Amino acid sequence: MSVDKNTVAKIARLARIRVDEKQQEELTGELNQILGWIEQLSELDTDGVEPMTSVVEMTQPLREDVINDGYYVDRVTKNAPESAHGFYAVPKVVE
Amino acid sequence: MSYRIKGNTGEWEVVIGLEVHAQVISKSKLFSGAATAFGADPNHHVSLVDAAMPGMLPVLNKEVVEQGVRTGLGLRAQINMKSVFERKNYFYADLPQGYQISQFLEPIVGEGTITLDLEGGDVREVGVERMHLEQDAGKSVHDQHPTQSYIDLNRSGVALMEIVSKPDLRSPEEAGAYLRKLRSILRYLGTCDGNMDEGSMRADVNVSVRKPGDELGTRTETKNVNSIRYVQQAIEHEAKRQVKILEEGGEIVQETRLFDASNGTTRSMRSKEEAHDYRYFPDPDLLPLVLDPAWVEDIKATIPELPDEKKERFINDFGLSAYDAGILVADREKAMFYEEVAEGRDPKLAANWVMGDFFGALNKSGLSLDASPVSAKQLGGLIGLIKDNTISGRIAKEVFEVMWETSKDADTIVEEKGLKQITDTGPIEAAIDEIMAANPNQVEAFRGGNEKLIGWFVGQTMKATGGKANPGMVNQLLKKKLAG
Repeated sequence: MSVDKNTVAKIARLARIRVDEKQQEELTGELNQILGWIEQLSELDTDGVEPMTSVVEMTQPLREDVINDGYYVDRVTKNAPESAHGFYAVPKVVE
Repeated sequence: MSYRIKGNTGEWEVVIGLEVHAQVISKSKLFSGAATAFGADPNHHVSLVDAAMPGMLPVLNKEVVEQGVRTGLGLRAQINMKSVFERKNYFYADLPQGYQISQFLEPIVGEGTITLDLEGGDVREVGVERMHLEQDAGKSVHDQHPTQSYIDLNRSGVALMEIVSKPDLRSPEEAGAYLRKLRSILRYLGTCDGNMDEGSMRADVNVSVRKPGDELGTRTETKNVNSIRYVQQAIEHEAKRQVKILEEGGEIVQETRLFDASNGTTRSMRSKEEAHDYRYFPDPDLLPLVLDPAWVEDIKATIPELPDEKKERFINDFGLSAYDAGILVADREKAMFYEEVAEGRDPKLAANWVMGDFFGALNKSGLSLDASPVSAKQLGGLIGLIKDNTISGRIAKEVFEVMWETSKDADTIVEEKGLKQITDTGPIEAAIDEIMAANPNQVEAFRGGNEKLIGWFVGQTMKATGGKANPGMVNQLLKKKLAG
């Protein structure tokens, strides 16, 4: 598996990261190298081995359904570049 | 009758699949301890987890998992003992994380079935493909400022169930029946309030068209439609639009569309074109969810009698028609009300009264069931009086009106107003004698063969007794006396 420059540009766009032409070239090379390393793993025989979904041998801890957070609108919007009437105020996004 | 779109090249079949987003009933959010209640001031029901502040970690809500399992069981679906939360990546102003935590490859619930109750008591099974748990996004308000949108994250992180049907639906009516039945099941289970006005249930509508018997056509997805009527309108509009394009030699583009409720049409949502590349991957903040079989068994024990089973029971035990039973069980509260009315009474008579005069009065006065001035017990009392011949069905309607006005018991009203049915032959015979004596011509005509006049005599007798005479006895006595 490998990626070309167009794919790199698309991934960057989806992730909202600005990557200029020159960087796209460089990243294509780097990403393909990484993909190459990962591909080496497929040489291993993993038949009968459970997929490892986590490095810790435990399952999802659960919390009880109680309300014990929230009600601090000031803290929530404190870092917002702009807020108004308790809302975040952002540049207009309309469909 | 199959639903078909008539085109210039013949008839087209419509293929519909629905993805329903149902808000899970829980006190706190899917991954945080902030409240879920509707209608709070902006950003009050928001924790730092919901606002996606750096370093915050999600912790799964046990009750939501339980509600998800309960819903799966209610949909007669496979419960997956292991499921995985993944990140669905996209950018939008009301999605602070930049991804929605959802389930993708391994949802908590697999294939199930919903039975549709169609016109005239017909039923049809529709497949459920899967159901998974996910976070809701925040809400954008666009009309409060000329150049800004306001973002409220109260809904951000609230637990949703996404219930995906198979493409088994074939008409707007079936889609409506599917949504009504699903809503009914969720309400019975107590896992979603099904309130579409408040957005606790909304549907993405997948529509494609094809010539009957052909392969599936290319589909479009109309997002976030929030009433059953709108879903039906969206299907109709979308199907016609697609048929027109195909018949003009065009191709359907697989795309996301928006429903415009003001004119019942759909339009392309271009901004979403690229967003379909969601780059799902397992959320590294969350471990796989593994269910303990004993827990699932415990949840199973809490499942109430669901509409299909209740309907079956009403038909078998109470002798109701499939149609009547279907109406009575659609709403859990109404079904419970009916059962209380019918307790120890004639179940068919009870069904007629509940669905007829009672629901009629409720609708007319715009009251909800729990605000009804007449309780189930009281209505049962009235039915008891009809059944034991204390009052006739006609008088019962009068009594019911007074009950509705005064909230008094039926027997009190009958007593106070002296409405007790006359079942003594004496007074009825006396009334008949008087009428016959005063109307010799009619008696003559009847005896001369005009037997239809019996109706007139019945009317006169009822009038003379203030409607209180037992109609059966009036008939019987009239026939005897008129025969001479």
